[in-house]
Amino acid sequence: MPNPPFELTLEALDALAIGAWILGTGGGGDPYFSLLEAREQLALGRRAKVIDPLSLPDDALVACVGQMGAPLVKQERLVDGPVIASTITMMEEYLGRKFEAVMLWEIGGNNGFQAVLSGMLLDLPIVDCDAMGRAFPQADMTTFSICELKPYPWTMVDIRRNRMIFVEAEDWSWMERMTRRACTVIGSSAATCKAPRTGAEVKSSTCLHTVTQALRIGRTVTSARKVHEDAVAAVVASEGGKVLFRGKIADVLRRATDGWLRGTIEIDGLDADEGHRMRIAFQNEFVVAWKDEAVCATVPDLICLMDSASGDAIGTETVRYGQRVTVIALPAPAILTSERGLKKVGPRAFGYDLDFLSVFAEAGR
Amino acid sequence: MMRIGIDVGGTNTDAVIIEDGVVRHAVKSPTTADVTSGISRSLGDLCAVAGIPVSEIGAVMIGTTHFTNAVVQRRNLGRVAAVRIGLPAAATLPPFVDWPPDLRELVRGPVHMVRGGYEVDGRPIVPFDRAGMRAAAQAIAASGVGAAAVSCVFSPLNSDLENEAGEILREECPQVAVTLSHELGRIGLLARENVSLLNASLFAMARGTIAAFVDAIAKAGIAAPLFITQNDGTVVAAEEAVAFPVRSFSSGPTNSLRGAAFLSGLENAVVVDVGGTTADVGSLVRGFPREANNVVYVGGVRTLFRMPDLISIGLGGGTLCDPEDPNRIGPRSVGFRLPERGRVFGGPDLTCTDLAVAAALIELGDRKLVADLDRSYLRAALDRMRTMLAEAVDRVKTDARAVPLVAVGGGAFLIPDSLPGVSEVVRVPNAGVANAVGAAIAQVSGEVDQIFTDMERTKAVATARERAESNAVRAGALASSIKLVEMEDIPLAYLPGNSLRVRVRVVGDVRT
Repeated sequence: MPNPPFELTLEALDALAIGAWILGTGGGGDPYFSLLEAREQLALGRRAKVIDPLSLPDDALVACVGQMGAPLVKQERLVDGPVIASTITMMEEYLGRKFEAVMLWEIGGNNGFQAVLSGMLLDLPIVDCDAMGRAFPQADMTTFSICELKPYPWTMVDIRRNRMIFVEAEDWSWMERMTRRACTVIGSSAATCKAPRTGAEVKSSTCLHTVTQALRIGRTVTSARKVHEDAVAAVVASEGGKVLFRGKIADVLRRATDGWLRGTIEIDGLDADEGHRMRIAFQNEFVVAWKDEAVCATVPDLICLMDSASGDAIGTETVRYGQRVTVIALPAPAILTSERGLKKVGPRAFGYDLDFLSVFAEAGR
Repeated sequence: MMRIGIDVGGTNTDAVIIEDGVVRHAVKSPTTADVTSGISRSLGDLCAVAGIPVSEIGAVMIGTTHFTNAVVQRRNLGRVAAVRIGLPAAATLPPFVDWPPDLRELVRGPVHMVRGGYEVDGRPIVPFDRAGMRAAAQAIAASGVGAAAVSCVFSPLNSDLENEAGEILREECPQVAVTLSHELGRIGLLARENVSLLNASLFAMARGTIAAFVDAIAKAGIAAPLFITQNDGTVVAAEEAVAFPVRSFSSGPTNSLRGAAFLSGLENAVVVDVGGTTADVGSLVRGFPREANNVVYVGGVRTLFRMPDLISIGLGGGTLCDPEDPNRIGPRSVGFRLPERGRVFGGPDLTCTDLAVAAALIELGDRKLVADLDRSYLRAALDRMRTMLAEAVDRVKTDARAVPLVAVGGGAFLIPDSLPGVSEVVRVPNAGVANAVGAAIAQVSGEVDQIFTDMERTKAVATARERAESNAVRAGALASSIKLVEMEDIPLAYLPGNSLRVRVRVVGDVRT
């Protein structure tokens, strides 16, 4: 039985921002700016109605939206709801058909809000699912790519009057390459409407109920804070996660290149980890974590950096020297850790010659 | 070396002399309406009673809660024009978008969003709309505001457009004080813009206040340099502080936390500093103020400052109580007018101090003047104060265990001997002047913000750090106490070669 539809209240928007930011695994951009805009839209009387993907008719036409680019850029250029919404109307014009709903490309980070803002502005229901179950830096790192669904057409809209349609692509890697180049040209930040999906595809080839998951995580943090309990521990308990390391940021190397934000952070251990060091490499999102030179966690397990005190997520664009942080791992959706999934989102897809060994495997490290 | 620390609060001006890590002498006197005479009187008393010739004073450090009080009480703030260069980016989130509504109504002047700004690689987003900028400057001139803040997308990478906009404003409205966002903040447009807007709104008041400080030191015959304490517990020369009042915004609470740690010797505790206008609640972790990790809200405005994680509530000795409703306490305060306005001093206003005297928590003024207070009103009002404090303490604590509480500040008598979640309330000698003690032991910083070209990152960062450390030592820091607090590097793609902007900030204790 599908879950009944529900509306995102002010409280839910705040919880979504907290939860999506944690699921962003350092990337996806801080949802704060889009949260501000969503709050304003709600105050203006616009509604954000969330529906269960399992309630979609097989032939329903579903839009899928997300921002792409380097998260650092969003800290300065911010993001605009009307711009992301215009990618959908542009796609409708191209297809000559209207969408019945909008889904999230990526629950993690600011993209957790792009379908919400679009749904509010265009009065479309928002489907409770996404194509990553977290955040990833590339279009070929999605459930659609894993399931080998059609990667085209895409629309891309810039803040200026630059509008593009990617009519066809050989495969998801080509779509990624072409759109990444275009995105870099227009400033490493672009609003996109990805290939349209049918209701049947959404039901079979996405991470289901990830909006609900983000809301649950956000509410876990909020309730822990209210009673002064450790919010990080509360998230770990509620999501079946694991604490990897506690410490203080000792160095941040950060570069916006080729349309991504890449770099490494170094963390000096505190408390039980005193005397140890953790290094985490990122490409928008955290990819591999080493503890004292030994691999400790890799994609697709979710590697999340949290403010040790508040339980807020810290992103690769906002992490800075001296912050006290806790690194946790959360389990990835099964489709990502499957054999065909790992080909697209395992450590080798990011250029690391490492086998994926889940933090959550029976014979864990 | 002898150092004088002064705390200019809304109600009292406190001054201490510290020599070799020991408080030699302390005085407390009411803050005067003109600020200057109160400070010079304190200084005179201090040196006279301690028998110290003014020539032996090595430095004077002043901390003040004037700026924070202005924002908490929503007064003495200037209206500010906002100019953002960045359209067509960020059109839906204009300046002041995430400010508390009441503060926004008070401070928001004309808002101008102009086309321009930079991409992350240094290219223009669109050509800068110079005509639009000039028209905005003319509109600002006509609006009559006294201050303006300019922000530009990616100005930390390239400040040219902000500087050019500043020039245009100086040409079109020379009477308007201009704050440029790149001088105050890092990457993060909204937070950097917010800090600039706050700075601009405090500008006129800061100029007057700091001029009064300079005047007071001169009148007391002290030739030693004057420093103003900053949010992070360090000091800057007074002339530099004038342009950036927002950097000294929260120095009062920082000083009280550092002072409380010094006076109590406690490593882990909650500190409550009750002044005339506010109670500030912060936390000591391993002997240092716990810093906010991420975003810091200043008067409800989101910023990215480094400062102690603390909460300020409108509850102090001069805070007004509604005689009709015991649950209406503050946030307005009679401030330094307590000795004339408070009932126990023969004045017309009912303040928290009057309630404390009526409840025999302290002896001040004439208790008979509050004898008429209804007992049930008194009990309810004291309960309300206790609840306000308990809530603030609870919000500051990061775990549920009971912790010791250090009670400091002139209004420490308002803190009850027991509070939920508190293991004991610690009262220390000189608690009333903890702020001034904190100012006297303020640290000095060394900063480097420099572009390195064709140098390997590790080497560039190490070079910047060495230079920052030697700057700190030159500024009087004890080399062995120097600690790195900020380190950041951004590649500047628009410059030729392999260019890196490196910012490093270190702090250290003053050599004594």
